[in-house]
Amino acid sequence: MHASTIDADEVARFEAMADTWWDPKGPMKVLHRFNPVRLAYIRHEACARFRRDPQGPDALAGLSIADVGCGGGVLSLPLARLGADVTGIDPAPANVAVARLQAERTGTSAAFREGTIEDAVAAGERFDVVLAMEVVEHVSDVDAFVGSCCAAVKPGGLLVMATLNRTLKSFALAIVGAEYVLRWLPRGTHDWKRFLTPDELADAIAAHGLTPDGEAGVIYNPVADRWSLSSDTDVNYMLTALKPEA
Amino acid sequence: MQRQGAPPRSRAFGNSQAERQVTGRQRVSVAVAGAGHTGLAAALAFAERLGATASVAVYDPALTGPPAPDPRHFALTPASRRLLQRIGVWDGLGAVQPIVRMEITDSRLADPVRPTLLAFGASGSQDAPEDDAAEDGEPLAHMAGSDTLRAALRRRAAEARIALVPRAVTGRAPEGGFALDDGAIIRPDLIVVADGARSRLREALGVGWVSRPFGQHGIVATIAHERDHGGVAVQHFLPSGPFAILPLPPGGRLGHRSSIVWSERSDAVEGLSHADEADILREIGRRFGHRLGAIALETPVRPYPLAAGIARRFAGADFALVGDTAHVVHPIAGQGLNLGLGDVECLVREVAGAVRLGLEPADGEALRSYERARRPHTLGMGLAMAGLNGLFSNDAGPLRLARDIGMGIVDRAPRLKAALMRRASGVG
Repeated sequence: MHASTIDADEVARFEAMADTWWDPKGPMKVLHRFNPVRLAYIRHEACARFRRDPQGPDALAGLSIADVGCGGGVLSLPLARLGADVTGIDPAPANVAVARLQAERTGTSAAFREGTIEDAVAAGERFDVVLAMEVVEHVSDVDAFVGSCCAAVKPGGLLVMATLNRTLKSFALAIVGAEYVLRWLPRGTHDWKRFLTPDELADAIAAHGLTPDGEAGVIYNPVADRWSLSSDTDVNYMLTALKPEA
Repeated sequence: MQRQGAPPRSRAFGNSQAERQVTGRQRVSVAVAGAGHTGLAAALAFAERLGATASVAVYDPALTGPPAPDPRHFALTPASRRLLQRIGVWDGLGAVQPIVRMEITDSRLADPVRPTLLAFGASGSQDAPEDDAAEDGEPLAHMAGSDTLRAALRRRAAEARIALVPRAVTGRAPEGGFALDDGAIIRPDLIVVADGARSRLREALGVGWVSRPFGQHGIVATIAHERDHGGVAVQHFLPSGPFAILPLPPGGRLGHRSSIVWSERSDAVEGLSHADEADILREIGRRFGHRLGAIALETPVRPYPLAAGIARRFAGADFALVGDTAHVVHPIAGQGLNLGLGDVECLVREVAGAVRLGLEPADGEALRSYERARRPHTLGMGLAMAGLNGLFSNDAGPLRLARDIGMGIVDRAPRLKAALMRRASGVG
């Protein structure tokens, strides 16, 4: 389905939503601030695995990437601009419409579709890199979701996941701080009990045959108002796993 | 080295969707409004850093002909020199005079001998800064003429295939993009506003400007003198305003030359514009001192009012301000151009960092980081310069004593001096 096949009212509604998604000072502000850090991590991990120059233009040229839970395409589109062949997958039709519109507006070629990673696996699709960034804390069956993500990775490929740790600190910062004090996120966005520790996530991935290969924390510096990579994985963290060559 | 395609025509310039989709690569277009030193340096730095993926154009009505002669000389700090080397301009400057020593005195005009309060030598001495401010034995700064620098920047811009368009960017076009004064519309990803302290584009973009006159006029001239200056720069803090003597390469009527930057109370300058050359020379002589022998004027003397100013914002959704367009400081320490080149360095680093992550060139985070990095820095430097100037442009006894003691303390405190020096060399 193409944006042009949707009726005019729908387009107007999605355009308004896209403006909201992509406004760096709008409701998605935190996501936009966070984005450079995740992009740098993914670029680093993918370039190390596939032997690319991370500073070169088109650093990810030719790599197939699935962005699971792509939302409005905030992560997918920059990766596509780095040359990757990106497929953004999201169960919410509005998100997919927003992502397609923004791709069109910025002249970026990336594919977006409504659905789940399970659908892609069932259709036999496999990717060099599978991303599930800030998704696993929202799914009901963690093991099934992790299993599908792992199955979608080509032999020799990478799985990168990002989520929130289950610590007292993450409760204080991500729930009380972000949702109640700073109002960065709507209340009820996260359910702390569903958060996974890095070890739990690594074990879940290893159970599906991938080898966990490093993790990094993401910390927020309130003075500089900036997110950065850190060895502190107490709150936000990212984890990379390798699928063995066939 | 950047090698781009044919220079974009002003009407076609911008990132059309078709162009992007055909190449399948990330294309970046940067427009620079203003072909002054900072604007041209910004264009070259973007082209150098972004390479073949970028198209860069500079817009300025003054590009139709050769620039008006400018008697100023700049003391380029090590940080500025490195930027100019990287963008391939430094070697085009020809003879540049290294400043190997800087002396600061605090005196009244009648004082026959002006004791040196503070002296900065070339780095490598015992109180060299700890970081990479300057390599061992590297001069504190290099003097380069404004005209020479601008000519070298223009030559290099033409070699680097930067489009030089003799048009003004007037503001936003109602249909999106930016309008030129011939009615054409450009749609760059990012526009760098560098059309000067009295920038029209800054005003058109709705960015406020706060300024305050110093009540002083500045006078810039080139002086010929008999004796060699030995690469020493001297700054006399006189009660009526600071007077700087900056060494230039040999030449001129008397064999040696220096550039003077003379600040004087505005009411005192009135008389000066009616004075003849002999009177002006006598006034300069009283301030210049006698240690370089007889002096003569090499250029006319033209006073201009001094003011400090700063833009309320340094960046917006798709634009960034650099150089004098963003801030004007007192010329006392020759920091204006160095600050501008520091802006360029920072902006290009932030934008190129975003582009390398696949983000839009005018990425909100990158421009926000630029503003956060530069605006406090400029404020700090601007306030320091204004404060220093106010402190010295004063004949009150106790204040003189206090600052003499203060400067003596600075000279004896290596850490504080190193910090001052780092700041002055543009890497602090």
